[in-house]
Amino acid sequence: MSGHDSKYFSTTKKGEIPELKEELNSQYKDKRKDAVKKVIAAMTVGKDVSSLFTDVVNCMQTENLELKKLVYLYLINYAKSQPDLAILAVNTFVKTSRVGTNGVYLWQCQAWTIVAKLISVKTDGNGDIWEVVQIAIPIWVPSQDSQDPNPLIRALAVRTMGCIRVDKITEYLCDPLQRCLKDDDPYVRKTAAICVAKLYDINAELVEDRGFLDSLKDLISDNNPMVVANAVAALAEIQENSARPIFEITSATLSKLLTALNECTEWGQVFILDALSRYKAADAREAENIVERVTPRLQHANCAVVLSAVKMILLQMELITSTDVVRNLCKKMAPPLVTLLSAEPEIQYVALRNINLIVQKRPTILAHEIKVLLEFKEYATEVDVDFVRKAVRAIGRCAIKLERAAERCISVLLELIKIKVNYVVQEAIIVIKDIFRRYPNTYESIIATLCESLDTLDEPEAKASMIWIIGEYAERIDNADELLESFLESFPEEPPQVQLQLLTATVKLFLKKPTEGPQQMIQAVLNNATVETDNPDLRDRAYIYWRLLSIDPEAAKDVVLAEKPVITDDSNQLDPSLLDELLANIATLSSVYHKPPEAFVTRVKTVSQRTEEDDYPDGSEAGYAESPAHAAETGALPPSSSASRQPAPAQAPAAAPPVAAAPVPDLLGDLIGLDNSNSLVPVDQPTPAGPPLPVLLPASKGQGLQISAQLVRRDGQIFYSMLFENNSQSLLDGFMIQFNKNTFGLAAGGPLQQPVWYFNDKIPLHVFFAEDGRMERATFLETWKSLPDSNEVLKDLPGVVINSVEATLDKLAASNMFFIAKRKNANQEVLYLSAKIPRGIPFLIELTAALGVPGVKCAIKTPSPEMAPLFFEAIEHLLKS
Amino acid sequence: MPVAASAIYFLNLRGDVLINRLYRDDVGGNMVDAFRMHIMQTKELGTCPVRQIGGCSFLYMRISNVYIVIVVSSNANVACAFKFVVEAVNLFKSYFGGQFDEDAIRNNFVLIYELLDEIMDFGYPQNLSPEILKLYITQEGVRSPFSSKPADKPVPNATLQVTGAVGWRREGLVYKKNEVTYIALITLIDIVIAIARLIDSLCIQVFLDIVESVNLLMSSKGSVLRCDVTGKILMKCFLSGMPDLKLGLNDKIGLEKESQLKARPTKSGKTIELDDVTFHQCVNLTRFNAEKTVSFVPPDGEFELMKYRITEGVNLPFRVLPTIKELGRTRMEVNVKVKSIFGVKIFALGVVIKIPVPKQTAKTSFQVTSGKAKYNPSIDCLVWKIRKFPGQTEATLSAEVELISTMGEKKLVTRPPIQMEFQVPMFTASGLRVRFLKVWEKSGYNTVEWVRYITKAGSYEVSNEEWLFELSMIWTMDLKRGCGRVCGFGRVGTGSLGCAGHGTDRVRCGVRRFT
Repeated sequence: MSGHDSKYFSTTKKGEIPELKEELNSQYKDKRKDAVKKVIAAMTVGKDVSSLFTDVVNCMQTENLELKKLVYLYLINYAKSQPDLAILAVNTFVKTSRVGTNGVYLWQCQAWTIVAKLISVKTDGNGDIWEVVQIAIPIWVPSQDSQDPNPLIRALAVRTMGCIRVDKITEYLCDPLQRCLKDDDPYVRKTAAICVAKLYDINAELVEDRGFLDSLKDLISDNNPMVVANAVAALAEIQENSARPIFEITSATLSKLLTALNECTEWGQVFILDALSRYKAADAREAENIVERVTPRLQHANCAVVLSAVKMILLQMELITSTDVVRNLCKKMAPPLVTLLSAEPEIQYVALRNINLIVQKRPTILAHEIKVLLEFKEYATEVDVDFVRKAVRAIGRCAIKLERAAERCISVLLELIKIKVNYVVQEAIIVIKDIFRRYPNTYESIIATLCESLDTLDEPEAKASMIWIIGEYAERIDNADELLESFLESFPEEPPQVQLQLLTATVKLFLKKPTEGPQQMIQAVLNNATVETDNPDLRDRAYIYWRLLSIDPEAAKDVVLAEKPVITDDSNQLDPSLLDELLANIATLSSVYHKPPEAFVTRVKTVSQRTEEDDYPDGSEAGYAESPAHAAETGALPPSSSASRQPAPAQAPAAAPPVAAAPVPDLLGDLIGLDNSNSLVPVDQPTPAGPPLPVLLPASKGQGLQISAQLVRRDGQIFYSMLFENNSQSLLDGFMIQFNKNTFGLAAGGPLQQPVWYFNDKIPLHVFFAEDGRMERATFLETWKSLPDSNEVLKDLPGVVINSVEATLDKLAASNMFFIAKRKNANQEVLYLSAKIPRGIPFLIELTAALGVPGVKCAIKTPSPEMAPLFFEAIEHLLKS
Repeated sequence: MPVAASAIYFLNLRGDVLINRLYRDDVGGNMVDAFRMHIMQTKELGTCPVRQIGGCSFLYMRISNVYIVIVVSSNANVACAFKFVVEAVNLFKSYFGGQFDEDAIRNNFVLIYELLDEIMDFGYPQNLSPEILKLYITQEGVRSPFSSKPADKPVPNATLQVTGAVGWRREGLVYKKNEVTYIALITLIDIVIAIARLIDSLCIQVFLDIVESVNLLMSSKGSVLRCDVTGKILMKCFLSGMPDLKLGLNDKIGLEKESQLKARPTKSGKTIELDDVTFHQCVNLTRFNAEKTVSFVPPDGEFELMKYRITEGVNLPFRVLPTIKELGRTRMEVNVKVKSIFGVKIFALGVVIKIPVPKQTAKTSFQVTSGKAKYNPSIDCLVWKIRKFPGQTEATLSAEVELISTMGEKKLVTRPPIQMEFQVPMFTASGLRVRFLKVWEKSGYNTVEWVRYITKAGSYEVSNEEWLFELSMIWTMDLKRGCGRVCGFGRVGTGSLGCAGHGTDRVRCGVRRFT
């Protein structure tokens, strides 16, 4: 049954929209249906057909289910752009989702209200009232449809309503949803269950207030498995987004859900298993019981069911103490995991990423499935060098990871060495060195074979490995000294890693066989490694050995020949706590990325503010300071109107207050000056005195919005004065200010609304100086002494003149810097002051200056010397002002 | 969170949106642009099916000429998402008559929208069973069965069936006894079945197909490096009512369990050990776990009942013994002996053996004991085809290959393995046999069960003998480094030999310095 819908994509005529409009309003049903299809086709290819909203919604009153669904689809896509019209449409849902008969009257009343609303909305703009009535009529004339008891339509209505994410709609959604949750038909109930989760996403409070959560919980005991599964999914999601315990799984729910598992669809099984994986079993026995009931799921053809079952089993296994049970479970889980690898490549990928995690937790789980050794061996005889190396390394990793495979691996490696292909041998030696470290005193018998291929080695890593082996097992190799000697000849030319190994190996040899030969060798090597090398690592190591050997050879033995810790293969090894978290997230994105969910999921409620990070929680210490008075003032200014009346762009730059260095009375006056219409605004408004605010976001960058701001301290509080100027043509509203975190909790974020502008402002430290910063003389002296000298910072402020001590002290006192003492040193005045910033950090200040002469020396002592630059800036500012 | 998708997009190879559906608004409508920019237009495409861009993750699959992209922003269940896509594609195929590509999507976009609305709600997969969905989602847009106007096709309690415990089978199926659909006559067995059907048209019939594919990697010496069988049991039945079926196989554990239950020794005969089994959702897994019996209520029509995997005790249908002799610098002799090691009474069909030869092959001549052989230069293989290969026989091919003469030294080169394709009806590499298939239905009708076995080649490969060939050497001067001559060895089979005589190109692999 192949369709021919592609024709709907191929309308390329010029007046497409008007044409569609006409067709949508056609009196012929078929034509209308085709038109809706065309609209949907246009929507699919990305054309904006939102202007047809009323016409499409008109077609909703149809008996044709297919057409109805298309209209609903359209509605979901465009509801946001036409919220008021969407409400109108929703009433159709309300109607259709109602089975009762007395709804008709109610419906009419509602419809009138909506028409009234619509009229107010529409006539506000340039629409005319007849259009509204025209839309309304087909909808509020109750049709036979309202009596339609078809559960498919009822479900469709509630499903679609949940997708129309217009806030106002939620109130219309509640009643029908309430009814649908208790509908006789399971199909409607299962749809309603999911709809609760949708509604929760839009308006969580509403869901809680209207008791939907309880209705949802009731559905867990529903007699229909699919309803149960969807209810579980909805509850699990709501729980995930809520801090309060909403969906707590008791052992009773657990057993109920485990029973439901047998009858559910495959997807339902996934929902239930995922939700249950949060359950913590009380003891090992319960865990075993749960596992027993989940294990059959491993045989399911659906990979998601299998992985969710594996997740659940792994989590419960934590509690199981019996090693037999654990071993048995591992044995049961292995084959299904391997089977996942015969699925589609994408699923294989997901499976492999998960197996990687599982194997880290339960290293033995796939031990039985090691069937690749022979294949690796075959690969190791290929011609592609890189491939061969990888194959050999892989054999080595198998040996190190799996004890039971080690012996077989060694024999394969030996066979490979015997074929005497240069790079295979080298790679094998590197690998065998690690195997020796992993299993000490087990496979040393093969050293003789290794020594045979000594002279073929030409790669540094292989050479270094071989030398390490010779040194380590010098006592077992009769001609170890000869072997090493052959390497020593070229010592100066060797790469550093070989040199280092040679040095160590020679020392080992000497300590093990302190005979004449090795003694000569060691002298030569040490000489080489200390005198004739530029490599500091090598030289340092050589010196250490030299001293050790000359002072106490026994101690040298203890050090150099100490037993080495057994190595493990920790490549790709994750941190255990991270691993546990990832295992709890098997089958999810988290397990694929090997990152905890928080690392990549940004919980943002609304799409429009995607850029906004939630990482800056509200209410950080001293972070939020805002001047309500000021905000009100700036809000009272008519920025938009003034700008829109005067769209002269040339004026915009002049708006930058700091340009006017001359004293400017107040910021309102400034603005008025800008306005060029002094008479319009009363000048005598109460305004705080203050310098002009520096521009932080020039209009050119902020798309017409200019922001000036500064931190000031007034009446013991810190204010952030901000001035917003709208130089654009349009109305800007919905401002939001966010401060990003900083040392003091300050430094500005920006007004957030699409688009977002960021700007930075420097904080003058003196606004933080607190009123209680005064210190007693004795305390001052004590504090001064108690602070180490490193906390003293000194700076010359060359441009500053102190003319009168008193005036300066007054000025500083006004900024909460308090005078402690003064003394005279020659012709210089030395002043001691104190100040304090939030969190009780004191500043002890020493100002040295000659009266009337430019140049002040400022020394401060504080527990946080890192603040000093800020402080100097502040004091310079204060002294200059 | 078992959410599988926030949005799903169907794109063509150029990246145009064919269909999209947003299920949640936590991803923006323009996210697909990011996919186009950062995945489709880069080399990343096809490297990793899960990618994160910005705050969203993209999970994508390519099916014929369509990319199906799932966008999520939460920690979604990836396994669920991919499986959903696979199942959805199967569903669409069953609606569109087996075809799924760009054209099919364009031609059925209304239907797809309707299906997408039905099979997933708010990112949670719902019922995807074609059998049930076809009840109420049809191309014609079936009129509501409950509406006042008479509907064309009354659909009884569709909603109950969607959500029912047996969500894969609709109720109230009635078949007349001889209403068995026609199966294409491919093999002799089919013909036999067809004849049998004519004779015995009074019974209801159930068809079981056991399809196995053997994967093998064998060394040239004949030792098995890797071998496994993946098999599936396909079932086709048209039974009335709600029948309960039980399938018995000759697997070891199942038989042991059965003999335990019945306190009766197992019958003699070959038993096999299945490494792993997975079942269609109709199979009662708890019961399988407890009793090792496969019992189920089948969906109507054709479906895949189970899949299994075996790695031990595989009966290989063929053995391949290659020998390659070199005759001088430019000639080689290839001898391949293929032995069939299945029963005398059965035979393999459509046997194809592909024997790789060096790229610079100039001329070939053959002698074969059966079938036909020819040299196919586009894949650099000797292709030997045998239409019918009886059991317990052997066939040999001896070929002489002449190579284009080149100068240079001899060197080991990669040897692609010999590949084999075949089908062996009435043979299972695993040795699996259906012991019984019982059907219970309350109306108590008789059924006749038909079982077909077939083994196909999966990746059936035998390592080739090593070739010791002349390699072309390309001499170039490396003036910059001033270290004298550098020679590169062109690798046979990489296509780099074309430039052998010219000496201008440098070949990438195996550069060695002469001192």
